[in-house]
Amino acid sequence: MAILVIAEHNNVSLHASTLNTVSAASRIASLTSSEIHVLVGGAACRAVAEAAARIAGVAKVKLADLPHLGDMTAESHAALIVAEVTNGTTAYSHILSPATSHGKNTLPRVAALLDVAQISEIIAVEDVDTFVRPFYAGNVLVTVKSSDVTKVITVRTTGFDAAISEGGTAVIEDTSATPDAKQPRLISRELSKSTRPELGAAKVIVSGGRGLGNGENFQSVLGPLADKLGAALGATRAAVDAGFVPNDYQVGQTGKIVAPQLYIAVGISGAFQHLAGMKDSKVIVAINKDPDAPIFQIADYGLVADLFTAVPEFTAAL
Amino acid sequence: MKIVVPVKRVIDYNVKVRVKADHSGVDVSNVKMSMNPFDEIAVEEAVRIKEAGNADEVIVVSCGVASCQETLRSALALGADRAIIVETDVELQPLAVAKLLAAICHKEKPQLVICGKQAIDDDANQTGQMLAALMGWGQATCASKITLNENVATVTREIDGGLETLEFPLPAVISADLRLNAPRYATLPNIMKAKKKPLETINPGALGVDVAPRLRTLKFSEPPKRGAGIKVADVAQLIDKLKHEAKVL
Ligand SMILES: Cc1cc2nc3c(=O)[nH]c(=O)nc-3n(C[C@H](O)[C@H](O)[C@H](O)COP(=O)(O)OP(=O)(O)OC[C@H]3O[C@@H](n4cnc5c(N)ncnc54)[C@H](O)[C@@H]3O)c2cc1C
Repeated sequence: MAILVIAEHNNVSLHASTLNTVSAASRIASLTSSEIHVLVGGAACRAVAEAAARIAGVAKVKLADLPHLGDMTAESHAALIVAEVTNGTTAYSHILSPATSHGKNTLPRVAALLDVAQISEIIAVEDVDTFVRPFYAGNVLVTVKSSDVTKVITVRTTGFDAAISEGGTAVIEDTSATPDAKQPRLISRELSKSTRPELGAAKVIVSGGRGLGNGENFQSVLGPLADKLGAALGATRAAVDAGFVPNDYQVGQTGKIVAPQLYIAVGISGAFQHLAGMKDSKVIVAINKDPDAPIFQIADYGLVADLFTAVPEFTAAL
Repeated sequence: MKIVVPVKRVIDYNVKVRVKADHSGVDVSNVKMSMNPFDEIAVEEAVRIKEAGNADEVIVVSCGVASCQETLRSALALGADRAIIVETDVELQPLAVAKLLAAICHKEKPQLVICGKQAIDDDANQTGQMLAALMGWGQATCASKITLNENVATVTREIDGGLETLEFPLPAVISADLRLNAPRYATLPNIMKAKKKPLETINPGALGVDVAPRLRTLKFSEPPKRGAGIKVADVAQLIDKLKHEAKVL
Protein backbone atom coordinates (compact mmCIF):
# COMPACT_ATOMS: atom_id res chain seq x y z
CA MET A 1 0.00 0.00 0.00
CA ALA A 2 1.12 3.55 -0.68
CA ILE A 3 -0.11 7.07 0.04
CA LEU A 4 -0.91 9.37 -2.86
CA VAL A 5 -0.34 13.11 -2.48
CA ILE A 6 -1.91 15.38 -5.10
CA ALA A 7 0.54 18.11 -6.11
CA GLU A 8 -0.75 21.70 -6.12
CA HIS A 9 0.82 23.69 -8.95
CA ASN A 10 0.18 25.99 -11.89
CA ASN A 11 1.95 23.86 -14.56
CA VAL A 12 5.11 25.89 -13.95
CA SER A 13 6.02 25.60 -10.28
CA LEU A 14 5.14 23.42 -7.35
CA HIS A 15 3.06 25.22 -4.72
CA ALA A 16 4.38 25.21 -1.15
CA SER A 17 1.14 23.71 0.19
CA THR A 18 2.24 20.41 -1.36
CA LEU A 19 5.11 20.31 1.15
CA ASN A 20 2.78 20.52 4.16
CA THR A 21 0.64 17.78 2.62
CA VAL A 22 3.67 15.52 2.19
CA SER A 23 4.34 16.11 5.91
CA ALA A 24 0.84 14.91 6.77
CA ALA A 25 1.42 11.90 4.51
CA SER A 26 4.71 11.21 6.32
CA ARG A 27 2.85 11.10 9.64
CA ILE A 28 0.58 8.39 8.24
CA ALA A 29 3.46 6.62 6.50
CA SER A 30 5.38 6.40 9.78
CA LEU A 31 2.47 4.38 11.22
CA THR A 32 2.13 2.02 8.27
CA SER A 33 5.59 1.96 6.70
CA SER A 34 4.08 2.75 3.31
CA GLU A 35 5.62 4.76 0.49
CA ILE A 36 4.60 8.28 -0.47
CA HIS A 37 3.85 8.97 -4.13
CA VAL A 38 3.07 12.40 -5.57
CA LEU A 39 0.70 12.76 -8.52
CA VAL A 40 1.39 15.70 -10.81
CA GLY A 41 -1.40 16.26 -13.31
CA GLY A 42 -1.18 19.14 -15.76
CA ALA A 43 0.03 20.29 -19.15
CA ALA A 44 3.71 20.85 -19.94
CA CYS A 45 4.41 20.42 -16.26
CA ARG A 46 7.53 18.21 -16.16
CA ALA A 47 9.42 20.87 -14.16
CA VAL A 48 6.79 20.50 -11.42
CA ALA A 49 7.33 16.73 -11.36
CA GLU A 50 11.07 17.32 -11.05
CA ALA A 51 10.51 19.63 -8.08
CA ALA A 52 8.20 17.05 -6.49
CA ALA A 53 10.86 14.37 -6.95
CA ARG A 54 13.27 16.43 -4.84
CA ILE A 55 10.95 16.57 -1.79
CA ALA A 56 12.46 14.57 1.06
CA GLY A 57 10.45 11.43 1.81
CA VAL A 58 8.81 11.03 -1.59
CA ALA A 59 9.45 7.62 -3.22
CA LYS A 60 7.84 8.12 -6.59
CA VAL A 61 6.30 10.88 -8.71
CA LYS A 62 3.52 9.97 -11.12
CA LEU A 63 3.32 12.43 -13.97
CA ALA A 64 0.24 12.90 -16.16
CA ASP A 65 1.37 15.52 -18.65
CA LEU A 66 -1.64 15.97 -20.93
CA PRO A 67 -3.12 19.04 -22.63
CA HIS A 68 -6.62 18.60 -21.18
CA LEU A 69 -5.29 18.65 -17.61
CA GLY A 70 -3.76 22.12 -17.96
CA ASP A 71 -6.82 24.11 -16.89
CA MET A 72 -7.06 22.22 -13.58
CA THR A 73 -10.79 21.56 -13.73
CA ALA A 74 -12.24 19.33 -11.03
CA GLU A 75 -13.82 17.10 -13.67
CA SER A 76 -10.58 16.22 -15.49
CA HIS A 77 -8.45 15.92 -12.36
CA ALA A 78 -10.98 13.79 -10.47
CA ALA A 79 -11.09 11.44 -13.48
CA LEU A 80 -7.29 11.29 -13.46
CA ILE A 81 -7.02 10.52 -9.74
CA VAL A 82 -9.76 7.88 -9.85
CA ALA A 83 -8.13 6.19 -12.84
CA GLU A 84 -4.75 6.21 -11.10
CA VAL A 85 -6.18 4.70 -7.93
CA THR A 86 -8.39 2.07 -9.55
CA ASN A 87 -6.40 1.04 -12.67
CA GLY A 88 -2.86 1.88 -11.68
CA THR A 89 -0.29 -0.63 -10.55
CA THR A 90 -0.19 0.62 -6.94
CA ALA A 91 -2.88 0.19 -4.29
CA TYR A 92 -3.41 3.42 -2.38
CA SER A 93 -4.73 3.54 1.18
CA HIS A 94 -4.87 7.35 1.39
CA ILE A 95 -5.27 10.18 -1.09
CA LEU A 96 -4.20 13.56 0.31
CA SER A 97 -4.46 16.99 -1.23
CA PRO A 98 -3.78 20.41 0.26
CA ALA A 99 -7.05 22.19 1.13
CA THR A 100 -6.58 24.73 -1.64
CA SER A 101 -9.31 25.85 -4.08
CA HIS A 102 -8.21 23.05 -6.40
CA GLY A 103 -8.08 20.39 -3.69
CA LYS A 104 -11.44 21.35 -2.19
CA ASN A 105 -12.99 21.40 -5.65
CA THR A 106 -11.61 18.04 -6.74
CA LEU A 107 -11.35 15.62 -3.82
CA PRO A 108 -15.07 15.41 -2.94
CA ARG A 109 -15.62 14.39 -6.55
CA VAL A 110 -12.95 11.72 -6.22
CA ALA A 111 -14.48 10.44 -2.98
CA ALA A 112 -17.99 10.19 -4.47
CA LEU A 113 -16.66 8.31 -7.52
CA LEU A 114 -14.85 5.87 -5.18
CA ASP A 115 -17.94 5.67 -2.92
CA VAL A 116 -16.03 6.73 0.18
CA ALA A 117 -16.28 9.65 2.59
CA GLN A 118 -14.05 12.68 2.21
CA ILE A 119 -12.42 14.17 5.28
CA SER A 120 -11.98 17.94 5.00
CA GLU A 121 -9.09 20.04 6.26
CA ILE A 122 -7.44 17.74 8.77
CA ILE A 123 -5.11 19.45 11.23
CA ALA A 124 -3.69 16.32 12.89
CA VAL A 125 -3.19 12.61 12.28
CA GLU A 126 -4.03 10.46 15.33
CA ASP A 127 -3.82 7.08 13.65
CA VAL A 128 -3.89 5.57 10.15
CA ASP A 129 -7.67 5.96 10.07
CA THR A 130 -8.20 8.67 12.71
CA PHE A 131 -7.87 12.39 12.10
CA VAL A 132 -8.66 15.70 13.78
CA ARG A 133 -10.51 18.40 11.89
CA PRO A 134 -12.25 21.66 12.77
CA PHE A 135 -16.03 22.21 12.90
CA TYR A 136 -17.87 25.49 13.47
CA ALA A 137 -15.19 27.82 12.14
CA GLY A 138 -12.61 26.10 14.30
CA ASN A 139 -14.53 26.62 17.55
CA VAL A 140 -14.85 22.85 17.86
CA LEU A 141 -12.38 20.11 16.98
CA VAL A 142 -13.64 16.65 16.09
CA THR A 143 -11.72 13.41 16.02
CA VAL A 144 -13.09 11.16 13.28
CA LYS A 145 -12.33 7.52 12.47
CA SER A 146 -12.88 6.32 8.94
CA SER A 147 -14.16 2.85 8.03
CA ASP A 148 -13.50 3.28 4.29
CA VAL A 149 -10.80 1.33 2.43
CA THR A 150 -9.49 4.45 0.77
CA LYS A 151 -9.24 7.59 2.86
CA VAL A 152 -9.70 10.74 0.81
CA ILE A 153 -8.43 13.74 2.74
CA THR A 154 -7.74 17.44 2.34
CA VAL A 155 -5.01 18.87 4.55
CA ARG A 156 -5.08 22.26 6.25
CA THR A 157 -1.55 23.42 5.63
CA THR A 158 -1.26 25.39 8.90
CA GLY A 159 -1.60 22.08 10.77
CA PHE A 160 1.62 20.57 9.40
CA ASP A 161 5.17 21.86 8.95
CA ALA A 162 6.50 21.93 5.41
CA ALA A 163 8.48 18.88 4.28
CA ILE A 164 12.04 19.63 3.15
CA SER A 165 11.89 20.58 -0.51
CA GLU A 166 15.37 19.42 -1.49
CA GLY A 167 17.45 16.29 -1.19
CA GLY A 168 14.94 13.67 -2.31
CA THR A 169 15.60 11.50 -5.35
CA ALA A 170 12.23 10.03 -6.28
CA VAL A 171 11.75 8.38 -9.66
CA ILE A 172 9.40 10.05 -12.12
CA GLU A 173 7.03 7.67 -13.83
CA ASP A 174 4.54 8.59 -16.55
CA THR A 175 1.00 7.51 -15.73
CA SER A 176 -0.97 5.57 -18.26
CA ALA A 177 -2.87 8.24 -20.22
CA THR A 178 -6.35 9.02 -18.94
CA PRO A 179 -9.50 9.65 -20.88
CA ASP A 180 -10.31 13.24 -21.77
CA ALA A 181 -13.17 13.79 -19.31
CA LYS A 182 -15.84 16.20 -20.39
CA GLN A 183 -15.05 19.42 -18.61
CA PRO A 184 -16.09 23.06 -18.44
CA ARG A 185 -14.38 25.52 -20.72
CA LEU A 186 -12.10 27.97 -18.92
CA ILE A 187 -12.98 31.41 -20.24
CA SER A 188 -10.65 33.46 -18.09
CA ARG A 189 -8.63 33.45 -14.91
CA GLU A 190 -7.82 36.76 -13.28
CA LEU A 191 -5.18 36.30 -10.64
CA SER A 192 -4.23 39.25 -8.46
CA LYS A 193 -0.76 40.42 -9.27
CA SER A 194 1.32 41.48 -6.36
CA THR A 195 4.96 41.86 -5.51
CA ARG A 196 4.13 41.02 -1.91
CA PRO A 197 4.36 37.47 -0.56
CA GLU A 198 1.36 35.17 -0.86
CA LEU A 199 -0.97 35.12 2.17
CA GLY A 200 -0.51 31.41 2.76
CA ALA A 201 3.28 31.63 2.75
CA ALA A 202 3.90 35.00 4.45
CA LYS A 203 5.75 35.24 7.76
CA VAL A 204 4.07 38.55 8.50
CA ILE A 205 0.53 39.62 7.53
CA VAL A 206 -0.93 43.08 7.81
CA SER A 207 -4.69 42.75 7.67
CA GLY A 208 -7.32 45.45 7.41
CA GLY A 209 -11.03 45.70 8.16
CA ARG A 210 -13.92 48.02 7.63
CA GLY A 211 -12.17 50.57 9.86
CA LEU A 212 -9.98 51.52 6.89
CA GLY A 213 -13.00 53.20 5.34
CA ASN A 214 -12.19 52.70 1.65
CA GLY A 215 -9.84 51.03 -0.80
CA GLU A 216 -7.59 54.06 -1.16
CA ASN A 217 -7.00 54.28 2.58
CA PHE A 218 -6.45 50.55 2.70
CA GLN A 219 -3.54 50.81 0.29
CA SER A 220 -2.11 54.12 1.49
CA VAL A 221 -2.24 53.27 5.21
CA LEU A 222 -1.45 49.54 5.20
CA GLY A 223 0.67 49.31 2.02
CA PRO A 224 3.76 51.12 3.39
CA LEU A 225 3.65 49.11 6.64
CA ALA A 226 3.41 45.85 4.68
CA ASP A 227 6.32 46.94 2.48
CA LYS A 228 8.54 47.76 5.47
CA LEU A 229 7.77 44.38 7.05
CA GLY A 230 7.91 42.36 3.84
CA ALA A 231 4.35 41.36 4.73
CA ALA A 232 1.35 40.08 2.79
CA LEU A 233 -1.90 42.04 2.93
CA GLY A 234 -5.07 40.40 4.23
CA ALA A 235 -8.59 41.62 4.92
CA THR A 236 -11.92 40.85 6.54
CA ARG A 237 -15.01 39.86 4.64
CA ALA A 238 -16.49 43.29 5.39
CA ALA A 239 -13.50 44.97 3.69
CA VAL A 240 -13.79 42.68 0.66
CA ASP A 241 -17.57 43.05 0.41
CA ALA A 242 -17.18 46.84 0.53
CA GLY A 243 -14.80 46.61 -2.42
CA PHE A 244 -11.65 47.85 -0.62
CA VAL A 245 -9.63 44.86 -1.89
CA PRO A 246 -10.14 41.77 -4.10
CA ASN A 247 -11.77 38.59 -2.78
CA ASP A 248 -8.54 36.62 -2.48
CA TYR A 249 -7.43 38.89 0.40
CA GLN A 250 -10.13 37.47 2.67
CA VAL A 251 -8.97 35.71 5.82
CA GLY A 252 -11.43 33.61 7.81
CA GLN A 253 -13.88 30.75 7.95
CA THR A 254 -14.71 31.16 4.30
CA GLY A 255 -11.48 32.74 3.16
CA LYS A 256 -7.84 31.84 3.72
CA ILE A 257 -6.60 30.09 6.84
CA VAL A 258 -3.26 31.57 7.85
CA ALA A 259 -0.80 31.17 10.71
CA PRO A 260 2.08 33.62 10.24
CA GLN A 261 4.72 34.56 12.82
CA LEU A 262 3.08 37.97 13.16
CA TYR A 263 -0.50 39.02 12.29
CA ILE A 264 -1.31 42.70 12.59
CA ALA A 265 -5.08 43.31 12.63
CA VAL A 266 -5.97 46.92 11.85
CA GLY A 267 -9.53 48.25 12.14
CA ILE A 268 -10.87 44.72 12.57
CA SER A 269 -13.52 44.00 15.21
CA GLY A 270 -12.69 40.31 15.64
CA ALA A 271 -15.81 38.40 14.57
CA PHE A 272 -15.26 34.67 15.15
CA GLN A 273 -15.58 34.02 11.42
CA HIS A 274 -12.48 36.18 10.98
CA LEU A 275 -10.66 34.71 14.00
CA ALA A 276 -11.22 31.26 12.46
CA GLY A 277 -8.71 32.18 9.79
CA MET A 278 -5.91 33.71 11.89
CA LYS A 279 -6.12 32.67 15.54
CA ASP A 280 -3.26 30.18 15.17
CA SER A 281 -0.85 32.98 14.27
CA LYS A 282 2.17 33.04 16.59
CA VAL A 283 1.88 36.67 17.61
CA ILE A 284 -1.23 38.79 17.09
CA VAL A 285 -1.27 42.58 17.25
CA ALA A 286 -4.55 44.50 17.18
CA ILE A 287 -4.96 48.18 16.50
CA ASN A 288 -8.52 49.37 17.07
CA LYS A 289 -10.06 52.52 18.51
CA ASP A 290 -12.75 50.58 20.37
CA PRO A 291 -11.27 49.25 23.66
CA ASP A 292 -14.05 46.64 23.83
CA ALA A 293 -13.48 45.19 20.35
CA PRO A 294 -13.43 41.37 20.63
CA ILE A 295 -10.13 41.22 18.73
CA PHE A 296 -8.39 42.36 21.95
CA GLN A 297 -9.49 39.11 23.64
CA ILE A 298 -7.07 37.13 21.50
CA ALA A 299 -4.41 39.71 20.69
CA ASP A 300 -1.01 39.38 22.36
CA TYR A 301 -0.50 43.11 22.03
CA GLY A 302 -3.44 45.48 21.76
CA LEU A 303 -3.18 49.16 20.96
CA VAL A 304 -6.31 51.23 21.49
CA ALA A 305 -5.81 54.03 19.01
CA ASP A 306 -7.03 55.64 15.83
CA LEU A 307 -5.48 53.62 13.05
CA PHE A 308 -4.98 56.67 10.85
CA THR A 309 -2.41 58.06 13.29
CA ALA A 310 -1.09 54.83 14.85
CA VAL A 311 -0.25 52.96 11.65
CA PRO A 312 1.76 55.74 9.96
CA GLU A 313 3.59 56.28 13.26
CA PHE A 314 4.34 52.52 13.43
CA THR A 315 5.59 52.51 9.83
CA ALA A 316 7.78 55.55 10.38
CA ALA A 317 9.34 54.08 13.53
CA LEU A 318 10.46 50.86 11.83
CA MET B 1 -36.56 24.41 -16.32
CA LYS B 2 -36.48 23.29 -12.72
CA ILE B 3 -33.89 24.34 -10.15
CA VAL B 4 -33.25 22.24 -7.06
CA VAL B 5 -31.77 23.96 -4.03
CA PRO B 6 -30.64 21.81 -1.08
CA VAL B 7 -30.89 23.60 2.28
CA LYS B 8 -29.43 22.63 5.64
CA ARG B 9 -30.62 23.46 9.12
CA VAL B 10 -27.68 24.57 11.26
CA ILE B 11 -26.96 26.41 14.49
CA ASP B 12 -27.41 30.12 13.74
CA TYR B 13 -24.18 31.82 12.69
CA ASN B 14 -24.36 34.26 15.62
CA VAL B 15 -24.35 31.53 18.24
CA LYS B 16 -21.09 30.67 19.94
CA VAL B 17 -21.23 26.87 20.07
CA ARG B 18 -20.18 24.88 23.14
CA VAL B 19 -18.99 21.32 23.39
CA LYS B 20 -20.90 19.11 25.86
CA ALA B 21 -18.99 18.24 29.03
CA ASP B 22 -18.77 14.55 28.03
CA HIS B 23 -17.28 15.42 24.60
CA SER B 24 -20.11 13.56 22.84
CA GLY B 25 -21.26 16.47 20.73
CA VAL B 26 -22.19 20.12 20.61
CA ASP B 27 -24.80 21.54 22.96
CA VAL B 28 -27.90 22.32 20.88
CA SER B 29 -30.44 22.72 23.68
CA ASN B 30 -32.16 26.11 23.52
CA VAL B 31 -29.90 27.17 20.69
CA LYS B 32 -31.28 29.18 17.78
CA MET B 33 -31.34 27.20 14.51
CA SER B 34 -31.36 28.79 11.05
CA MET B 35 -30.85 28.05 7.42
CA ASN B 36 -27.17 27.73 6.52
CA PRO B 37 -26.24 31.25 5.25
CA PHE B 38 -24.73 29.93 2.01
CA ASP B 39 -27.95 28.00 1.29
CA GLU B 40 -29.94 31.17 1.78
CA ILE B 41 -27.80 32.76 -0.93
CA ALA B 42 -28.45 29.71 -3.16
CA VAL B 43 -32.22 30.02 -2.65
CA GLU B 44 -32.07 33.75 -3.42
CA GLU B 45 -30.14 33.09 -6.64
CA ALA B 46 -32.59 30.43 -7.80
CA VAL B 47 -35.55 32.70 -7.08
CA ARG B 48 -33.89 35.56 -8.98
CA ILE B 49 -33.30 33.25 -11.96
CA LYS B 50 -36.98 32.31 -11.87
CA GLU B 51 -38.04 35.96 -11.53
CA ALA B 52 -35.92 36.79 -14.58
CA GLY B 53 -37.94 34.26 -16.55
CA ASN B 54 -35.15 31.70 -16.85
CA ALA B 55 -36.70 28.97 -14.68
CA ASP B 56 -40.19 27.63 -14.06
CA GLU B 57 -39.89 26.10 -10.66
CA VAL B 58 -37.63 26.24 -7.62
CA ILE B 59 -37.70 23.12 -5.44
CA VAL B 60 -36.01 23.21 -2.03
CA VAL B 61 -34.84 19.97 -0.43
CA SER B 62 -33.67 19.34 3.10
CA CYS B 63 -32.34 16.05 4.47
CA GLY B 64 -32.52 15.40 8.19
CA VAL B 65 -34.76 15.50 11.23
CA ALA B 66 -38.43 16.56 11.11
CA SER B 67 -37.65 20.12 12.23
CA CYS B 68 -35.89 20.75 8.91
CA GLN B 69 -39.44 21.54 7.81
CA GLU B 70 -39.01 24.96 9.47
CA THR B 71 -35.94 25.59 7.32
CA LEU B 72 -37.89 24.57 4.23
CA ARG B 73 -40.72 26.95 5.20
CA SER B 74 -38.20 29.81 5.40
CA ALA B 75 -36.94 28.91 1.94
CA LEU B 76 -40.52 28.86 0.64
CA ALA B 77 -41.02 32.29 2.19
CA LEU B 78 -38.04 33.57 0.18
CA GLY B 79 -39.83 32.50 -3.00
CA ALA B 80 -39.21 28.78 -3.61
CA ASP B 81 -42.26 26.98 -5.02
CA ARG B 82 -42.31 23.65 -3.24
CA ALA B 83 -40.32 21.64 -0.75
CA ILE B 84 -39.19 18.09 -0.11
CA ILE B 85 -37.93 16.77 3.21
CA VAL B 86 -36.00 13.51 3.22
CA GLU B 87 -36.68 12.70 6.82
CA THR B 88 -34.36 10.67 9.02
CA ASP B 89 -32.89 10.76 12.49
CA VAL B 90 -29.65 9.18 11.29
CA GLU B 91 -26.62 11.52 11.40
CA LEU B 92 -26.16 12.38 7.72
CA GLN B 93 -22.68 12.86 6.30
CA PRO B 94 -21.98 14.63 2.98
CA LEU B 95 -21.76 11.43 0.89
CA ALA B 96 -25.17 10.26 2.18
CA VAL B 97 -26.73 13.67 1.50
CA ALA B 98 -25.24 13.71 -2.01
CA LYS B 99 -26.74 10.27 -2.69
CA LEU B 100 -30.16 11.37 -1.41
CA LEU B 101 -29.99 14.49 -3.57
CA ALA B 102 -28.93 12.40 -6.58
CA ALA B 103 -32.01 10.22 -6.06
CA ILE B 104 -34.16 13.37 -5.93
CA CYS B 105 -32.48 14.65 -9.12
CA HIS B 106 -33.25 11.39 -10.92
CA LYS B 107 -36.87 11.86 -9.90
CA GLU B 108 -37.28 15.60 -10.49
CA LYS B 109 -34.89 15.99 -13.44
CA PRO B 110 -33.76 19.56 -12.70
CA GLN B 111 -31.49 21.37 -15.15
CA LEU B 112 -29.64 23.08 -12.36
CA VAL B 113 -28.79 22.48 -8.71
CA ILE B 114 -27.61 25.49 -6.73
CA CYS B 115 -26.30 24.73 -3.25
CA GLY B 116 -24.27 26.56 -0.62
CA LYS B 117 -20.51 26.07 -0.90
CA GLN B 118 -20.25 24.78 2.65
CA ALA B 119 -22.36 24.43 5.77
CA ILE B 120 -21.18 26.50 8.70
CA ASP B 121 -21.50 23.59 11.15
CA ASP B 122 -19.21 20.89 9.71
CA ASP B 123 -17.49 23.29 7.24
CA ALA B 124 -17.08 20.31 4.88
CA ASN B 125 -17.49 21.93 1.43
CA GLN B 126 -18.22 18.57 -0.25
CA THR B 127 -21.87 17.91 -1.01
CA GLY B 128 -22.23 19.85 -4.27
CA GLN B 129 -19.09 18.33 -5.77
CA MET B 130 -20.16 14.84 -4.69
CA LEU B 131 -23.61 15.30 -6.20
CA ALA B 132 -22.10 16.50 -9.49
CA ALA B 133 -19.85 13.42 -9.56
CA LEU B 134 -22.71 11.02 -8.84
CA MET B 135 -24.82 12.59 -11.60
CA GLY B 136 -21.88 12.77 -14.03
CA TRP B 137 -22.49 16.52 -14.30
CA GLY B 138 -20.17 19.49 -14.46
CA GLN B 139 -19.65 21.72 -11.44
CA ALA B 140 -18.70 25.23 -10.47
CA THR B 141 -18.02 25.78 -6.78
CA CYS B 142 -17.70 29.10 -4.91
CA ALA B 143 -19.70 31.05 -7.49
CA SER B 144 -19.80 34.83 -7.25
CA LYS B 145 -21.67 35.36 -10.55
CA ILE B 146 -23.97 33.15 -12.62
CA THR B 147 -25.22 33.90 -16.14
CA LEU B 148 -27.58 31.53 -17.92
CA ASN B 149 -28.06 31.51 -21.66
CA GLU B 150 -30.33 28.78 -22.99
CA ASN B 151 -28.63 25.60 -21.85
CA VAL B 152 -25.25 27.09 -21.07
CA ALA B 153 -24.08 28.47 -17.74
CA THR B 154 -21.25 30.95 -17.35
CA VAL B 155 -20.00 31.10 -13.80
CA THR B 156 -17.37 33.23 -12.09
CA ARG B 157 -15.73 31.41 -9.19
CA GLU B 158 -13.71 32.70 -6.26
CA ILE B 159 -10.41 30.81 -6.24
CA ASP B 160 -7.19 31.09 -4.23
CA GLY B 161 -5.44 33.72 -6.31
CA GLY B 162 -8.48 35.64 -7.56
CA LEU B 163 -11.33 34.73 -9.91
CA GLU B 164 -11.94 32.37 -12.79
CA THR B 165 -14.82 32.09 -15.24
CA LEU B 166 -16.07 28.76 -16.56
CA GLU B 167 -18.63 27.93 -19.21
CA PHE B 168 -20.45 24.58 -19.35
CA PRO B 169 -23.66 22.98 -20.53
CA LEU B 170 -26.52 22.20 -18.14
CA PRO B 171 -27.44 20.15 -16.20
CA ALA B 172 -24.82 21.06 -13.64
CA VAL B 173 -24.23 21.84 -9.97
CA ILE B 174 -23.23 25.33 -8.86
CA SER B 175 -22.27 26.18 -5.27
CA ALA B 176 -22.80 29.68 -3.93
CA ASP B 177 -20.16 31.83 -2.29
CA LEU B 178 -20.90 34.83 -0.07
CA ARG B 179 -20.66 37.48 -2.74
CA LEU B 180 -23.14 35.88 -5.18
CA ASN B 181 -25.98 38.04 -3.86
CA ALA B 182 -27.50 39.52 -0.71
CA PRO B 183 -30.60 37.48 0.20
CA ARG B 184 -33.88 39.32 0.69
CA TYR B 185 -35.81 39.30 3.95
CA ALA B 186 -39.02 37.29 3.92
CA THR B 187 -42.06 39.58 4.18
CA LEU B 188 -44.98 38.70 6.42
CA PRO B 189 -47.36 38.02 3.49
CA ASN B 190 -44.75 35.71 1.95
CA ILE B 191 -44.27 33.91 5.26
CA MET B 192 -48.05 33.36 5.36
CA LYS B 193 -48.10 32.19 1.73
CA ALA B 194 -45.24 29.79 2.41
CA LYS B 195 -47.38 27.92 4.93
CA LYS B 196 -49.67 26.82 2.11
CA LYS B 197 -47.01 25.76 -0.36
CA PRO B 198 -46.60 22.01 -0.92
CA LEU B 199 -44.14 20.13 1.31
CA GLU B 200 -43.58 16.45 0.59
CA THR B 201 -42.03 14.00 3.07
CA ILE B 202 -39.91 11.12 1.77
CA ASN B 203 -37.86 8.62 3.74
CA PRO B 204 -34.36 7.58 2.63
CA GLY B 205 -35.45 3.93 2.26
CA ALA B 206 -37.99 4.92 -0.38
CA LEU B 207 -35.13 6.45 -2.39
CA GLY B 208 -33.08 3.25 -2.07
CA VAL B 209 -30.19 5.06 -0.44
CA ASP B 210 -27.99 3.67 2.33
CA VAL B 211 -27.28 6.62 4.59
CA ALA B 212 -25.12 4.84 7.17
CA PRO B 213 -22.24 7.12 8.27
CA ARG B 214 -18.75 6.21 7.03
CA LEU B 215 -16.99 8.30 9.62
CA ARG B 216 -17.37 7.73 13.33
CA THR B 217 -16.85 10.77 15.50
CA LEU B 218 -14.81 9.69 18.48
CA LYS B 219 -14.64 12.98 20.28
CA PHE B 220 -15.69 16.63 20.20
CA SER B 221 -13.33 19.03 21.93
CA GLU B 222 -12.62 22.72 22.19
CA PRO B 223 -9.36 24.02 20.78
CA PRO B 224 -6.83 25.40 23.27
CA LYS B 225 -7.96 28.88 24.24
CA ARG B 226 -5.79 31.76 23.25
CA GLY B 227 -5.69 34.14 26.16
CA ALA B 228 -5.77 37.89 25.84
CA GLY B 229 -2.32 39.48 26.05
CA ILE B 230 -1.68 42.99 27.17
CA LYS B 231 -2.67 46.46 26.05
CA VAL B 232 0.27 48.64 25.13
CA ALA B 233 0.22 52.36 25.83
CA ASP B 234 1.54 53.60 22.51
CA VAL B 235 3.34 52.73 19.28
CA ALA B 236 6.76 52.97 20.91
CA GLN B 237 5.86 50.36 23.53
CA LEU B 238 4.32 48.15 20.84
CA ILE B 239 7.53 48.14 18.83
CA ASP B 240 9.60 47.54 21.95
CA LYS B 241 7.47 44.50 22.88
CA LEU B 242 7.56 43.08 19.35
CA LYS B 243 11.33 43.46 19.23
CA HIS B 244 12.38 42.36 22.69
CA GLU B 245 9.57 40.20 24.08
CA ALA B 246 7.97 38.49 21.06
CA LYS B 247 11.14 38.82 18.99
CA VAL B 248 9.23 38.99 15.73
CA LEU B 249 10.62 42.28 14.42
C1 LIG C 1 -21.39 32.67 6.86
C2 LIG C 1 -20.45 33.78 7.18
C3 LIG C 1 -19.12 33.65 6.84
C4 LIG C 1 -18.22 34.67 7.11
N1 LIG C 1 -16.91 34.50 6.77
C5 LIG C 1 -16.02 35.47 7.07
C6 LIG C 1 -14.63 35.33 6.76
O1 LIG C 1 -14.20 34.34 6.17
N2 LIG C 1 -13.79 36.33 7.10
C7 LIG C 1 -14.20 37.47 7.74
O2 LIG C 1 -13.38 38.35 8.02
N3 LIG C 1 -15.51 37.65 8.02
C8 LIG C 1 -16.43 36.67 7.70
N4 LIG C 1 -17.74 36.88 7.99
C9 LIG C 1 -18.17 38.22 8.46
C10 LIG C 1 -17.94 38.48 9.95
O3 LIG C 1 -19.05 37.99 10.66
C11 LIG C 1 -17.81 39.99 10.23
O4 LIG C 1 -18.94 40.65 9.73
C12 LIG C 1 -16.56 40.64 9.61
O5 LIG C 1 -15.42 39.87 9.90
C13 LIG C 1 -16.39 42.04 10.16
O6 LIG C 1 -15.33 42.69 9.49
P1 LIG C 1 -14.59 43.96 10.13
O7 LIG C 1 -13.97 43.56 11.41
O8 LIG C 1 -13.72 44.52 9.06
O9 LIG C 1 -15.77 45.00 10.31
P2 LIG C 1 -16.48 45.57 11.60
O10 LIG C 1 -17.03 44.48 12.43
O11 LIG C 1 -17.39 46.64 11.14
O12 LIG C 1 -15.30 46.21 12.45
C14 LIG C 1 -14.63 47.37 12.10
C15 LIG C 1 -13.70 47.73 13.26
O13 LIG C 1 -12.91 48.83 12.91
C16 LIG C 1 -12.74 49.67 14.04
N5 LIG C 1 -12.44 51.02 13.56
C17 LIG C 1 -13.22 51.83 12.82
N6 LIG C 1 -12.57 52.98 12.55
C18 LIG C 1 -11.37 52.92 13.14
C19 LIG C 1 -10.26 53.81 13.25
N7 LIG C 1 -10.25 55.00 12.64
N8 LIG C 1 -9.18 53.40 13.96
C20 LIG C 1 -9.16 52.19 14.56
N9 LIG C 1 -10.18 51.30 14.49
C21 LIG C 1 -11.27 51.66 13.79
C22 LIG C 1 -14.06 49.57 14.77
O14 LIG C 1 -13.88 49.88 16.15
C23 LIG C 1 -14.45 48.10 14.54
O15 LIG C 1 -14.00 47.28 15.61
C24 LIG C 1 -18.66 35.86 7.73
C25 LIG C 1 -20.01 35.99 8.08
C26 LIG C 1 -20.89 34.97 7.82
C27 LIG C 1 -22.32 35.13 8.19
